[in-house]
Amino acid sequence: MTANLRRRKIYSGLFEALCALAVIVALIPLAMILFYVVKEGFGALNVDFFTHMPKPVGESGGGMANAIAGTLILICIAAAFAVPVGCLCGIHLSEYPGTKFSSIVRFSADVLNGVPSIVVGIFAYGILVLPVKRFSAIAGGVALGLLMIPIVVRTTEELLRLVPGGLREGALALGATRGRAVFSVIVPAALPGILTGILVALARVAGETAPLLFTAFNNRFWSTSLTQPIASLTVQVFTYAISPYDDWHRQAWAGAFLLVMMILALSILARLAVRRLERMNRS
Amino acid sequence: MTRSSDDRSFRIGTGAFAALVLLIVAGIAFELTRQSTLSIAKFGLKFWTTKVWDPVSGDFGALPFIWGTLYSAILALLIATPIALGIAIFISELSPRVLRQPLAYLTELLAAIPSIVYGLWGIFVLVPIVRKIEIAMGAKPALGVGMMAAALILAVMVIPFTSSVAREILKNVPATQREAAYALGATRWEAIKVAIGFGRTGIIGAVMLGFGRALGETMAVTMVIGNSPQISASLFKPQYTMAAVIANEFTEAADELYLHALIEIGLLLFIITVGVNLLSRLLIWSTKRRAVTAVVMPMVAAEEVPA
Amino acid sequence: MTSALMTSSLTTDVTRESPSPPRFLAGEKVAKPDEGAALAQSETKISVRDFDFFYGTAKVLHGISLEIPARKVTALIGPSGCGKSTFIRSINRMNDIITDARGKGTILIDGQDVYGSNTDVVELRRRVGMVFQKSNPFPKSIYDNVAYGLRIGGMRNKRQLDDIIERSLTRAALWHEVKDRLHASALALSGGQQQRLCIARALAVDPEILLMDEPASALDPIATSKIEELIYELKDNYTIVIVTHNMQQAARVSDRTAFFMLGRVVEYAETNTIFMNPKEKMTEDYVTGRFG
Repeated sequence: MTANLRRRKIYSGLFEALCALAVIVALIPLAMILFYVVKEGFGALNVDFFTHMPKPVGESGGGMANAIAGTLILICIAAAFAVPVGCLCGIHLSEYPGTKFSSIVRFSADVLNGVPSIVVGIFAYGILVLPVKRFSAIAGGVALGLLMIPIVVRTTEELLRLVPGGLREGALALGATRGRAVFSVIVPAALPGILTGILVALARVAGETAPLLFTAFNNRFWSTSLTQPIASLTVQVFTYAISPYDDWHRQAWAGAFLLVMMILALSILARLAVRRLERMNRS
Repeated sequence: MTRSSDDRSFRIGTGAFAALVLLIVAGIAFELTRQSTLSIAKFGLKFWTTKVWDPVSGDFGALPFIWGTLYSAILALLIATPIALGIAIFISELSPRVLRQPLAYLTELLAAIPSIVYGLWGIFVLVPIVRKIEIAMGAKPALGVGMMAAALILAVMVIPFTSSVAREILKNVPATQREAAYALGATRWEAIKVAIGFGRTGIIGAVMLGFGRALGETMAVTMVIGNSPQISASLFKPQYTMAAVIANEFTEAADELYLHALIEIGLLLFIITVGVNLLSRLLIWSTKRRAVTAVVMPMVAAEEVPA
Repeated sequence: MTSALMTSSLTTDVTRESPSPPRFLAGEKVAKPDEGAALAQSETKISVRDFDFFYGTAKVLHGISLEIPARKVTALIGPSGCGKSTFIRSINRMNDIITDARGKGTILIDGQDVYGSNTDVVELRRRVGMVFQKSNPFPKSIYDNVAYGLRIGGMRNKRQLDDIIERSLTRAALWHEVKDRLHASALALSGGQQQRLCIARALAVDPEILLMDEPASALDPIATSKIEELIYELKDNYTIVIVTHNMQQAARVSDRTAFFMLGRVVEYAETNTIFMNPKEKMTEDYVTGRFG
């Protein structure tokens, strides 16, 4: 082997090793975060956490029952807003893909996807909080929904495009109108994937904090009202984390743990949904 | 007749929702501008060059936040890009087949962790570590919070985005490119370099995507950066970013001017991140197109008649 | 038509001096072959004995045995999917990069085992060049494409590079068309020009053997005939093995032809014999177009 070849082979091995190192380096923070969340968070969970409201400043104990409920309510509002808008928009884009209008809409969805969540929060503040001079669950839910929309639009459009054209032609040939063909045949065929897209979007917004800071704000008390400020896991964790109280720090970890579990559950649900519906579609 | 009117209402109906998406984006831009008029009117362009941020006297300047945002994002990029590319190369070219899916999944897990959880870990785990490092390096003051912690945490958050796009790009490089290199006697790394060269525009796009992400990140940064509006090249001093100041001071803004100043910062953030994201998409899309034409074109082109 | 090719293949060519020992043997000292090799050429360049090939558990090549002569064109014909490409890629071990693919048996180049433990794959591929079905120039300039193999081999001297690049492009019959735009992008060339560029690129590293996997199948007739002319000129200096779907092409261009069918060599003989006077019925059926 010439010296040149030997050198090249050494370089080759060296850089390959560096790439492997990169993988390890990236996995270290992942492992650390998960470790701490589980260690600190799981240990701090107790029944009180799920059933009690936060105690006043300085007192220990209490829980995040209102925040847990709040997050659930917020993502329901978000879904109620984002799913119809996102899906119908996605349907339009997949049915009329070539038009100028569709290109502009697709472009807009891409733009929306890149907007930082805090800016979306400002927008929701401007249109839903300022006019009524009140923070509300609706404002927070809509802010989250806005963040979901680009994901839902994109997955819906892509999955509908994947449905074989023969299906639509078959429906149309049997006399179905366009709308009926789409809703009765094409959408059901793509449903597993669309549902996954929705669940993935939900998992993403369930962990959002910034847009809620001045839309849903926070609430020390139990509240399920849509027009009042509402607590959420994320904002509560934030508030506790930056406080000086140890007990609140522990609860923040518990909240983080719960949050991560919730997101994990949504992701697993997404996968299961796909598999289940695909099986149904096939039978 | 009935059928075509049904079809038309279908088109218009779904089109209305599509238009809503368009309106939302336009609405954001509009609303941000509308809600910052007081600040724009009072400070004009000086807003972007003034360092002073004094809510008490009503004197606002966004320079510290612009600095903090750009500085932290660029530092994060410098750390994250080689790691992300290394991961992308490892997963798509080097790793044994069985490891591919699990590694890809683990990398994406990094993206699924919410920002607030990163921030929590940042405050209680990363910052103490950084403080120890700072003390060891003899830095004064060694607070732990500051630019270094922010850059590190941003880097971790950015890695999965750049990495997964880069992986897609590498996957789309036609196999014949690598084969050509091998057939000429290239080592494995040399063949990988050829693939990277082919996809270089897209990889730059992937890096820009990470950049855009770092610019807009709020919670994790605000929890570790120290939130102090000073401009400094030092890694150890606490600083402030655009997103962080909005998150911290929005609900405290006592008067309208204050609020408008914050929202004007939001407007700038909006413009920058949208611009960076669009540029990145353009770059990624153009590489995907080239991968397709490289395979199709030679078959279509006719022979030139020599002079 | 074939007669002209026939006469040329019968003349023995002794103008090339005896080959230096193949450098791809890693560090091994090879004694100068004793058998009076000074002027006479060893007839066989590539010797294949009982070669099998597997993709996973599927056996795609069965007991291939061929003696491929030096500085002649050997064509491999046969219906698609019958293993011709797999076989040719085994010669320069391109199949190594496919997972789960392995060969069994012997392939000797100048008497040395391609799959032997002493053989360095990277060096092997420098000595055995390959041209692919779809031209695959790098997205670089014409100059950089041809220089690629030289540069990774460590050549930096600009004058040397210029020299070899001009020579390679000339040998590939492309020099006059591109000499004024060497730094233009290779992708701006037409399909046929790109393929000739790929040939020049392969020639630049001075291989002894050139493997061509359907080099003209993606090209129009004019480009194809240019490539065929090129092959005819190249065989004076290189051993060429060409896979082709196009029987007329094989008849025009090659000295010997092997007919592959379902992973086996059905018949292997002088091209003329294969096309005018085949021994096997299957060969006859194929070349007369009864199936394909």
